[in-house]
Amino acid sequence: MKRRKFDLAATPGKAAVGVDDRFQVATPLRRLLNKVFPDHWSFLLGEIALFSFIVLLLTGVFLTFFYEPAMTEVVYDGSYAPLQGTPMSAAYASSLDLSFDVRGGLVMRQMHHWAALLFMAAIVVHMLRVFFTGAFRKPRETNWIIGSLLFWVGFLAGFTGYSLPDDGLSGTGLRIASAIMLSIPVIGSWLTSSIFGGEFPGTIIISRFFIAHVLLIPGLLLALISAHLGLVFKQKHTQWPGPGRTNGNVVGERMFPRYALKQGGFFMVVFGVIALLGGLFQINPIWLFGPYEAWVVSAASQPDWYVMFLDGSTRLMPAWELNIPIGDGYVIPPLFWPTVVLPGILVGLSTMYPFLEARHLKDRKSHNLLQRPRDVPARTAVGAMAVSFYVVLTLSGGNDVIADKFQISLNAMTWAGRVGLLVVPPLAYYVTYRLCLGLQQHDREVLAHGVETGIIRRLPDGRFVEVHQPLSAANGHADGHGELDYVGWVVPKKMNRLGALGPAVRGFFYPIEKPVEAPVSPGHPPVEPRPERAEIGSGESRH
Amino acid sequence: MSTHTEHQAPQGREPLDVNDPGLTRFDIVREGARRDDIEIVHYEPQVLPGTKAERRLTRVVAGFFLITGLAATAFLAIYIWWPWQYAPGRGGDKFYTPLLGATLGIALLAVGFGILTWGKKLLPKEVSIQDRHEGAVDADGRTITGQTMLYMADELGVKRRPLLGISLLAGLAPVAAVAAAPLVGGLISQPHKNNQMFTTGFATAEGGQRIRLVREDGRPVRPADISTGGQLTVFPGIEHGVSNRHADSPTLLIHLRDSDAQESRRANERIGHGDFMWGNYAAFSKICTHAGCPASLFEQQTNRLLCPCHQSQFLITDNARPVFGPASRRLPQLPIEVDSEGFFVAKSDYTETIGPDFWERP
Repeated sequence: MKRRKFDLAATPGKAAVGVDDRFQVATPLRRLLNKVFPDHWSFLLGEIALFSFIVLLLTGVFLTFFYEPAMTEVVYDGSYAPLQGTPMSAAYASSLDLSFDVRGGLVMRQMHHWAALLFMAAIVVHMLRVFFTGAFRKPRETNWIIGSLLFWVGFLAGFTGYSLPDDGLSGTGLRIASAIMLSIPVIGSWLTSSIFGGEFPGTIIISRFFIAHVLLIPGLLLALISAHLGLVFKQKHTQWPGPGRTNGNVVGERMFPRYALKQGGFFMVVFGVIALLGGLFQINPIWLFGPYEAWVVSAASQPDWYVMFLDGSTRLMPAWELNIPIGDGYVIPPLFWPTVVLPGILVGLSTMYPFLEARHLKDRKSHNLLQRPRDVPARTAVGAMAVSFYVVLTLSGGNDVIADKFQISLNAMTWAGRVGLLVVPPLAYYVTYRLCLGLQQHDREVLAHGVETGIIRRLPDGRFVEVHQPLSAANGHADGHGELDYVGWVVPKKMNRLGALGPAVRGFFYPIEKPVEAPVSPGHPPVEPRPERAEIGSGESRH
Repeated sequence: MSTHTEHQAPQGREPLDVNDPGLTRFDIVREGARRDDIEIVHYEPQVLPGTKAERRLTRVVAGFFLITGLAATAFLAIYIWWPWQYAPGRGGDKFYTPLLGATLGIALLAVGFGILTWGKKLLPKEVSIQDRHEGAVDADGRTITGQTMLYMADELGVKRRPLLGISLLAGLAPVAAVAAAPLVGGLISQPHKNNQMFTTGFATAEGGQRIRLVREDGRPVRPADISTGGQLTVFPGIEHGVSNRHADSPTLLIHLRDSDAQESRRANERIGHGDFMWGNYAAFSKICTHAGCPASLFEQQTNRLLCPCHQSQFLITDNARPVFGPASRRLPQLPIEVDSEGFFVAKSDYTETIGPDFWERP
């Protein structure tokens, strides 16, 4: 029998043909490989959230192998000596075991916690980027809403996860959460006793939180994230204005290979930073807090950072109790306003913002070009107002620690927060608005008169003037140079952005290439256009 | 590869014959991009093959990958051989977790920087422009899809046969309720079962037995156990009284100074709680009426009790009235006395509702 020769080199090609025969993927795959992405550092913020989420899934699965979601009372006999013999819930005992008796468990637990903090932080920063650049405008309102929901679902994920160890700190948080639910008018007590299976704390809340934290909420997050990415893919990414960039095109790099490689590298960097944080920086040392006991609390019990704004709003709220004198009398406690109504308003305002703005500006067009924050002073100022509101609340969430460390009266801190919450946001609005106008004006000034050179010239009559380098050739204007149009992108304001500085010499210990001749005088910068490029080639054939 | 084009070639461009043997690979790549309405307008190698710069960058990338290998190996070695167990007396090894994190972090960062250098520095730079196709609304497509859907509605004929629609709705509504019923029915729990929201562990038992005040270790409390100006957290002396099962029962027993006690008694009398104190001792619920945290920081000099969660402050000598912060209701007072054996007992349960406020609190 004749043995058929096996051609190794042809195997991948044959396999590819075989796959395409069956699934007809060649053309869709080409479209995917070719898809163009615009590049800017600020487009990578959302990716930090995505990558943190992947780390959360990986470390979280590890944790579930050892965690026991039960409130059964056990007596601790693990290896952490100070708590030996202490009665506690099985959940807390297994969390301690994870930290002390599972090899490498502590680093995984800490990575999980740090990844969660980073996830929420990246979501917030990404949201700010999208807001201040106007990336939420038509056609991307849906994605803005999904993004806002992701923050709140992430908030729930964080809170349920934070409660699982059932330690002294998180138990207090859970107690406050039950009080918040209890404060809701009419249904409060029914809602609370239904969720906790009776009076607080009951015996079932930890296992309910567990299934929410490991199945329901991650499932929802996964669905929302998929929809979010799918829409970015479908609608194509926004881009900054610039040469050749219009509302109708995308200027950037094809997705493969360079863009995808950079994404992969960035994922590894985010993963690496989380690993460093998880190993080197202690987070949530539950063994120091002890098991949750309803009568134990300590000062400086702060929640995770993304919950602190609610803690702050609760602290600042005056003791306004609403009594409704019908029948036996009904109560709306002061806790209801800052913890239920305020987040409700925040969700409503943030999700509706794209529509409110479009309605206000009567803007029904699609926008694929981003705006610089200075060019839209009203929006930027509203954003600054929201950020300052949030910052005042978050700082107030730690006002007892600030009062303690800086020797300030606690009551003064509370009053400062109350006044600050009303005064700082409008102030932030005004200051930001003026800053935007100032920056705009300076841009126009440079376009009209040129860049400041730092060269002072003495005129024959004794006056000193600064020499400006015009950005365009003279076109018959009285002052000798023409005015350029603003195109919505960075205006060069320093001479070295025009190439006035000699090119940097490359190489660390010795120059690896001969430096190009530096300009003779900084007063005469070389501003010739770049030489014309040769014909586009593959790069392989050019020498 | 198929030569079929999905998009109209822009500006009447003839599609290239990709099987032409004269074409370079890049020509085919560019042709593929054009068929996706992408124009590669700038394509420039960052390092020329065979130059010193290329060799240097290759070494840098390779160096990063080797660091990854080293760090990952170090991680494994530490994971396996480093002493990690928490031993009594000695504690755990304080370097185990930091070393794991550091080696894992270095391994991941190095592979990340290696890939980034590869992608950013060694690969050719390009600028491509892709058409968004947003302006061109496919009006025909809209019409066709819209008409198709309306036609489908006609086929179903709900308009002509309204009974179908009504009966379908009438049939499906209970089905939706069926899906929700077990969830709601299973979870719902009557909040006022056994009057649980208004009673605590201090409620007198059936025999009229008054409940003792006990410490955390279960021992009953005598008046002499608390020095003047001091305070003690006490619990109902019942089974599981010192546990989260009676999370609303923890009580703060305070021994007031003479002058403060007089003031307190006067305040008590004002609101008809004249007999709630015993001597200079007063007992207040420790559960904050704001959000349920234990209000546990007692300031002797001012007789203020501070809740560390949201900084509500209660003036003990004025029936624990809230004097600062978000709490709107005073801490309930437990009527106490000393029994024949000399131990503190509760005369009765709290007369006001314990803990955070809710809608139907009378």
